[in-house]
Amino acid sequence: MTRITVTVDGTSYSDEVEPRMLLVHYLREAVGKTGTVIGCDTSNCGACTVHLDGRSVKSCNVLAVQADGHEVTTIEGIAVNGELHPMQKAFHECHALQCGYCTPGMILQAIDVLNENPHPSEEEIRVGLEGNLCRCTGYHNIVKAVQQVAGQDSPVEQPEGATAGVQS
Amino acid sequence: MTAVDDRPEAQSAEIGKARRRKEDQRLITGRTKWTDNIHLTGMLHLAMVRSPLAHATITNIATDGARSASGVMAVFVGADIADIQGLNITAWPVTADQKSPDHLPMVLEHVAHAGEIVAVVVARTAAEARDAAELVDVDYDELPAVLDLKEAATDAVLAHPSLGTNKSAFWQLDSKEGGTGEDVDEAIAKAREDGIVIEREYRQQRLIPAFMEPRSTVVDPTGEQVTMWSSTQVPHILRFCIAATTGLPESKIRVIAPDVGGGFGGKLQTTPEEFVTLAVARKLGRPCKYTETRSETMVSGHHGRDQWQKLTLSAEKDGTVTGLKVELLADLGAYAAIVGGGVPVLGAWMYNSIYKFPAYRFNTTNLYTNKTWVDAYRGAGRPEATFAIERIMDELAAEVGVDPLTIREQNWITHEEFPFTSVAGMTYDSGNYEAATAKAKELFGYDELRAEQQERRDSNDPVQLGIGVSTFTEMCGLAPSRVLGSLNYGAGGWESASIRMLATGTVEVITGTSPHGQGHETAWSQIVADRLGVPFENVEVLHGDTQIAPKGMDTYGSRSLVVGGEALVLAADKVIEKARPIAAHLLEANIDDLEFASGSFSVKGTDKGIKLTDIALATFAGHNLPDGVEPTLDADATFDPVNFSFPHGTHLCAMEVDTETGATKMRKYVCVDDIGVIINPLIVEGQVHGGLVQGIAQALWEGAEYDEQGTLVSGSFVDYTLPTAADTISFITDHTTSPATSNSLGTKGVGEAGTIASTPAVVNAIVDALRPLGINDITMPCTPERVWTAIQSAGSNQSEPTPTEVQPHFEEGSGNQDDPGTATQGAGQ
Ligand code: FES
Ligand code: FES
Repeated sequence: MTRITVTVDGTSYSDEVEPRMLLVHYLREAVGKTGTVIGCDTSNCGACTVHLDGRSVKSCNVLAVQADGHEVTTIEGIAVNGELHPMQKAFHECHALQCGYCTPGMILQAIDVLNENPHPSEEEIRVGLEGNLCRCTGYHNIVKAVQQVAGQDSPVEQPEGATAGVQS
Repeated sequence: MTAVDDRPEAQSAEIGKARRRKEDQRLITGRTKWTDNIHLTGMLHLAMVRSPLAHATITNIATDGARSASGVMAVFVGADIADIQGLNITAWPVTADQKSPDHLPMVLEHVAHAGEIVAVVVARTAAEARDAAELVDVDYDELPAVLDLKEAATDAVLAHPSLGTNKSAFWQLDSKEGGTGEDVDEAIAKAREDGIVIEREYRQQRLIPAFMEPRSTVVDPTGEQVTMWSSTQVPHILRFCIAATTGLPESKIRVIAPDVGGGFGGKLQTTPEEFVTLAVARKLGRPCKYTETRSETMVSGHHGRDQWQKLTLSAEKDGTVTGLKVELLADLGAYAAIVGGGVPVLGAWMYNSIYKFPAYRFNTTNLYTNKTWVDAYRGAGRPEATFAIERIMDELAAEVGVDPLTIREQNWITHEEFPFTSVAGMTYDSGNYEAATAKAKELFGYDELRAEQQERRDSNDPVQLGIGVSTFTEMCGLAPSRVLGSLNYGAGGWESASIRMLATGTVEVITGTSPHGQGHETAWSQIVADRLGVPFENVEVLHGDTQIAPKGMDTYGSRSLVVGGEALVLAADKVIEKARPIAAHLLEANIDDLEFASGSFSVKGTDKGIKLTDIALATFAGHNLPDGVEPTLDADATFDPVNFSFPHGTHLCAMEVDTETGATKMRKYVCVDDIGVIINPLIVEGQVHGGLVQGIAQALWEGAEYDEQGTLVSGSFVDYTLPTAADTISFITDHTTSPATSNSLGTKGVGEAGTIASTPAVVNAIVDALRPLGINDITMPCTPERVWTAIQSAGSNQSEPTPTEVQPHFEEGSGNQDDPGTATQGAGQ
């Protein structure tokens, strides 16, 4: 067992972990961040994507011990004071999710794509999301959501709440 | 009909509105309840030991090493749970004499496909269970495996030696015998004399549903009812099957489908893993969890498609079709799954599609192999049918030398002809193929793209352009119970709903459907809000728990809205009728003078009125109700449809094909679907997009491949190539609307439309690009390698020529046996 100290969504955790433990298992099982999910065992699907020191990583592809001393942000930590992140709002507005299983990873990857390149072309968005699989949406509305966020300099102005009855 | 049916237009404020989904809030913030997120005190974890061999007899299982490993509570082999493990049954023996080998959740001796569960390790943590599973030592006697579908048909090697044959069943639909059409053999014989006969064989490759959430099951056996949470589309069917086969009374079982991460048919199964987890939890008296790895999903969750399709189409010289004969070989895999042999049968009514064929015969031979079982995958039988007919209609167009849309128009049912009874005996209630096609052509820029195609052909451009057409229909809304009964299906096709009017003004809606991404919570709220005149926000939709929603037939086959939505309407109308006498009493009015509109009863010609929600409160109090009235407004309804619904659409696809490399690129995709009345256009669009990509993926990328030992070599996301955002494009989607007449909302269903229609559109486009080279087929998935190989051998026929010995009804030397390279010049010009 190895002792690690990791900050997850702003809270510091100190734990003994098996050296072989994956970060995704640490997040789900030790920290209780079940918003981050597992979709594969070959690092292909991206469902487990989180931010490590502000850059996206597949948390099934990082050992928990590698996160020692670092900062992890999950889907549960991107809304600030109850205000959804613009990317979360855009996913809701653009109907960029159906079953929602890929969504946490997809949102975190999409944020990373725009952090790298705030005004990407459709092609650049698509290539940027290539490591994240979605079986439900056909990606059409996911791309649209990212474009919507990219098109706005300030955080998107959207009516509050998920069921506020916004019409297109 | 009740008075609510003539409410003013303005009351349909919700239906048709692009409401953002209620479901999203928890999904975008990670506050989800996937089965694998559930953690119960004292819970144990399971790891399965699976057979690496496709066909074998187990001679010994040594479990000592595993039993003594750290944290291991128990190791079970088949014999240890044989008394309570139950059976994974098929609900649809398609014929009375269908052969269905018993599918035990954990095998006792005989392994029929790689991935079958042979032992289970139970430990304190999932990691300990997996570690210990490595220590279980199984000895096998390997048996010869039958893996190829055509070889299976010869019975040379048997998947289940005890059955004596690989044949599960033979099923036929014949228009002459059924009295719905003429004799197909006569039509073909006549066409051989002085018409056109086209004969083709198509391969529907094996696919993997690949929902993103791996399956997971948690069982808590510690209460009076055993509770099972499972990542399933079918909690109600699962409960039924557990009760029917394990000895647990149905009343002792509660099944919950919490948040479920996609299904596409892949989770309409009752699985060995669910039954093994249940058995282990009951044996140990402790809560147990099993969550599969993706590699386990791939090898153990059921697959889809996997058919050989042989078609003979006869036509007059002008292209008017006179007959269609279909012969299928369908691979069921190692066992008949829950729908199982019914999947190819579901295609029987769809090969004739939107066309007026006078004569038709459909035969399917369902076979067992030593591969993963096969069952419904998005479309289930109907994508296969649509692919084959839409491919062969293109071949007919090429033979006649006309545009593929022309040949379709010449043969399709015109919109004046509805309702139309098809040659397969289905009555299509509504449709307008002309309107959908006209709209699609315009959005696509059909004529411009045809002109560009011609230019590229004329200039010998290395990148050729192909245009693919697919004018499809499907039968949705499964299903009228009587029809299911006549087909020997084991259950009904009704759906149920309940509405509870709460005292404080909000409404609980209980549905027997079980959504897993479809947005029922939102769409059902819209329907009920309109019907009862209550705010959308005040409606709460509950589902997926047999304790909360005790009756249901669950979600698959584009049935939820068409069948379940109508149950909602019936329940809402009952609520209104229950409220009516109470309203009359409270308003001191004559019941006949009451009108219900916008959520209120009013007295005609006065300004007196009372809101439905106020009546709910008055009923809750019960202080002042008319004599003899039951003090509740709550209502249950069950709807059994009288007919299927028949969505249709026209899909157009432009593909660029690099003739030097075989690479293909989608240039444009337009679809105009007629799915009847749309409840929520946003949700509909999403269903279409996702469906399109699944169908396109079959055409271009996906395929479950086995090696000669029967090992699934595309057994992970490394090798099973799901499309990514970078592989796909943005689509142009639109609609025409001819309301269904089989339900009061006019809905038809949309879950499968995109998948059914898109596969042939893509392949038709690729073939269209290459037809001048003499190419008339590319086997799916149309990988660059296959396209390139076809181009290299162009003129010499198809990329993978069909061996003649499997084509017994193809007559040597008949007119259509010409080299298609010369016979089909001028297609699509
Ligand atoms: S779980 Fe699939 S990439 Fe991490
Ligand atoms: S929304 Fe279901 S996998 Fe993306």
